Amino acid sequence: MDRLDQLESQSIYIFREAFNRIENIAMLWSLGKDSNVMIWLARKAFFGHVPFPVMHVDTEKKFPEMYEFRDRYAEEWGLNFIRELCPPIEEVDQSLPPAARSASRKTAGLKAAIQKHQFNALFAGIRRDEEATRAKERVFSPRGQTGQWDFRDQPPEFWDQFKTEFPPGTHVRVHPLLHWTEIDIWLYTQRENIPVIPLYFSQDGKRYRSLGDQDITNPVESDAATIEEIIEELSTTKVSERSGRAMDHESEDAFERLRADGYL
Amino acid sequence: MTKAQADTAMKVIEGGKSVSNARDLLRIVIVGHVDHGKSTLVGRMFHDTGSLPDGKFESITEMCKRRGVPFEWAFLMDALQAERDQGITIDTSQIWFKTDQRDYTIIDAPGHKEFLKNMITGAAQSDAALLIIDAAEGVREQSRRHGYLLHLLGVRQVAVAVNKMDLVDYDKETFDRIEAEYREYLRSIGVEPTFVIPVSAREGDNIVGPSTNTPWYKGPSIVGALDSFQPKSDPVDRPLRMPVQDVYKFDQRRIIAGRVEEGVIKVGDELVFSPSNKTARVESIEAWHNVPGRKAPTQAEAGYSIGITLDEQIFVERGEVISHVEHPPIETDVFRARVFWLGKEPMVPGKTYRLKLGTLDAPVTVQSIETIIDTTDLSGASSHQVERNQVAEVVMRARRMLALDEFETSPKSGRFVLVDKYDIAGGGIISMEGYADQRGLITARSSNITKVEHGIDDQARAFRNGHKGGVLWFTGLSGAGKSTLAVALEKKLFEKGYNVYVLDGDNIRHGLNANLGFSPEDRAENIRRVGEVAALFARAGMIAITSFISPYRSDRDRAREAGGDDFHEIYVKADVETCEKRDPKGLYKKARSGEIKDFTGISAPYEAPDMADLEVDTSSASIEECVEQLTKYVEARFKM
Repeated sequence: MDRLDQLESQSIYIFREAFNRIENIAMLWSLGKDSNVMIWLARKAFFGHVPFPVMHVDTEKKFPEMYEFRDRYAEEWGLNFIRELCPPIEEVDQSLPPAARSASRKTAGLKAAIQKHQFNALFAGIRRDEEATRAKERVFSPRGQTGQWDFRDQPPEFWDQFKTEFPPGTHVRVHPLLHWTEIDIWLYTQRENIPVIPLYFSQDGKRYRSLGDQDITNPVESDAATIEEIIEELSTTKVSERSGRAMDHESEDAFERLRADGYL
Repeated sequence: MTKAQADTAMKVIEGGKSVSNARDLLRIVIVGHVDHGKSTLVGRMFHDTGSLPDGKFESITEMCKRRGVPFEWAFLMDALQAERDQGITIDTSQIWFKTDQRDYTIIDAPGHKEFLKNMITGAAQSDAALLIIDAAEGVREQSRRHGYLLHLLGVRQVAVAVNKMDLVDYDKETFDRIEAEYREYLRSIGVEPTFVIPVSAREGDNIVGPSTNTPWYKGPSIVGALDSFQPKSDPVDRPLRMPVQDVYKFDQRRIIAGRVEEGVIKVGDELVFSPSNKTARVESIEAWHNVPGRKAPTQAEAGYSIGITLDEQIFVERGEVISHVEHPPIETDVFRARVFWLGKEPMVPGKTYRLKLGTLDAPVTVQSIETIIDTTDLSGASSHQVERNQVAEVVMRARRMLALDEFETSPKSGRFVLVDKYDIAGGGIISMEGYADQRGLITARSSNITKVEHGIDDQARAFRNGHKGGVLWFTGLSGAGKSTLAVALEKKLFEKGYNVYVLDGDNIRHGLNANLGFSPEDRAENIRRVGEVAALFARAGMIAITSFISPYRSDRDRAREAGGDDFHEIYVKADVETCEKRDPKGLYKKARSGEIKDFTGISAPYEAPDMADLEVDTSSASIEECVEQLTKYVEARFKM
């Protein structure tokens, strides 16, 4: 069994556990490379079907290529697609620095969507290698009534026995890609021939390694114009994946505070 | 989807293997006592192998300056503010790095006792472990506990780093002393460390290459030791185990989904589902992929999450275990376990928890706590409860049959967690020592059997005899007085006009059960037959008195099932000390000397009845008094 087979099998196992154990679950689709792999894996787990809603919490500030991709594949993949809007930026805490404010707006949109649809749990495509607080996540990660993450007291999780019992009112984030790395995502995308948004490929010496809102996401210097070249680049680079995401860098604990409050 | 489409990810006999250029990955957990330098070692290793991302070193420097503390490598993995502010690792974390040989996931585990659940969360995911001991402090409580837990978790490859050698002036004798002490401990729990390495994480000695500070050390560096570890191999050569995870009916197919945990499954294989014991053949192995033209897989190996369809539409559900007919799992409603407890509330006998084993989810009750194991010196102590962070030997009982394996032979189906209310409160590994596989006892071997109705009903028999038929099932320790009482009661009842007969252990073994030995399975079969024979006596209108130790509740419950309403469990009670003093057959003496192994009450369990129909205490009452008590009981219930 090679590494990609192992990763895939583990993700399928997680999908099936969550689908069996938790009523009223949905998947978050951020339109990026990770959540596209996540949808692909769900189709593998359920033999071509995605038996739960796939939700995009829309900031309306994504790149046009991302919206194009979304509209095309929501239909082509036969998804039960839901789009929910984030509240206007004016309603978000004015004291936050700009990027954190954008992120906070997304968190608010997410919470409202969960409330509206009464989802008990959401699949989210975060990975441990993206960022140091995500590295401490559980596969089944309980959140409080208002979505907050109690990182000081996480449940034990071992032998693929996940926490699937919760007091009423608990919301759960399920992370089927937690054990994947950035290069794994590309190797798998390549092997499986999964569609890719062109923004990830180099144009004029720059490409996006991670896609977010247009105004707070910057491209990195790169000549990688194909998946092969991206894989080559990633095996030598020492630049972190989220270096182009402004919200991570506004202060030492910026991201921790965002996540504790319910950000992905 | 058609059968022509196949999953490239699945190993397929006809379709060929998938190939990818992904490198091998090994997961290493770093464990040890608090402040012995786990996080520091990881930081140093990253720096010295050039694995730090751009700007990380500078940002750590900045964080330390802000807090007014000296440069701290631990800040690389201790991402939480609370961790950095308090200088302690709270939760496990992961970070990736690579050597020429392969990729690594490094799992940092907290060393503080309070965060043991997080240490276990990290360690359970690893292929191998690096255990750190502070050279100045030596082997401490968590050094041993972590070593012990690694073993319980099934992590067999361990290297030891004796850290902070700079604080003891790279003294060889200090190192040798710690190495000898810790090797001895690991050996006593069955672990052989691959290497014990003197290092200084702070100074960078023996991290990636040999250090001039330890010319006396000839072994590999930390990185060299990691490269010597082997990835865990998938157990493809073991008997098939595939727990049913779910059953899907998204389209016309009814797909049974699950992950092959051990062995190989092939199209056409005859399968048995345990514990329902239903059988069917594999019709197809299902997969989804968008590459047309590939053949459907015809087999799947351990590790793959798959789906199958069956040639017959049998009802099976999540929690059952798929195996081949020739090598099924054990079926039992009682088992022994070594547990580590993480619950906020202590584990107590009589309490019911939810057992999660593979995909099975069933209530189990703690029947007894045998020993609390002190992981520092492996001594045992008795206790009425298992506290948080303790390790104990316990006996668990379920309300119905469970399909499972022993941890030693099949780790994945021999381990479980216990859930208390909403939380995973502990984990454990299974041993069946002293307990029987009950599969043979419950599996009906013949079909085409039709029961014949009798022309005479029970009541007609009772009127002629003047009493009902029934079973008086005596259970108790050897020497408790079962046979003495049985024979005396038989005489008394006979004189009163009852049709009564004693079935005694040794007598039955001379005839009906002459082909049975003393293995747990044979003992269980012995009792099963006696239960059936006693039930026949009862139906024939007689009172059967059975006199067998019958130490296991499962066996007695089965006899009760055979005997029906007229079955009476009589607990002939006397404590072990009293019985041993009596020792009418000299058996206790032999058991104490080790001549007899697995002797009930000494070296094998006696499970006292929870709710016996009658209890006679032979240590406080005389034989005559006990017979009187029994006679009254019989007259009240059997006389017409």
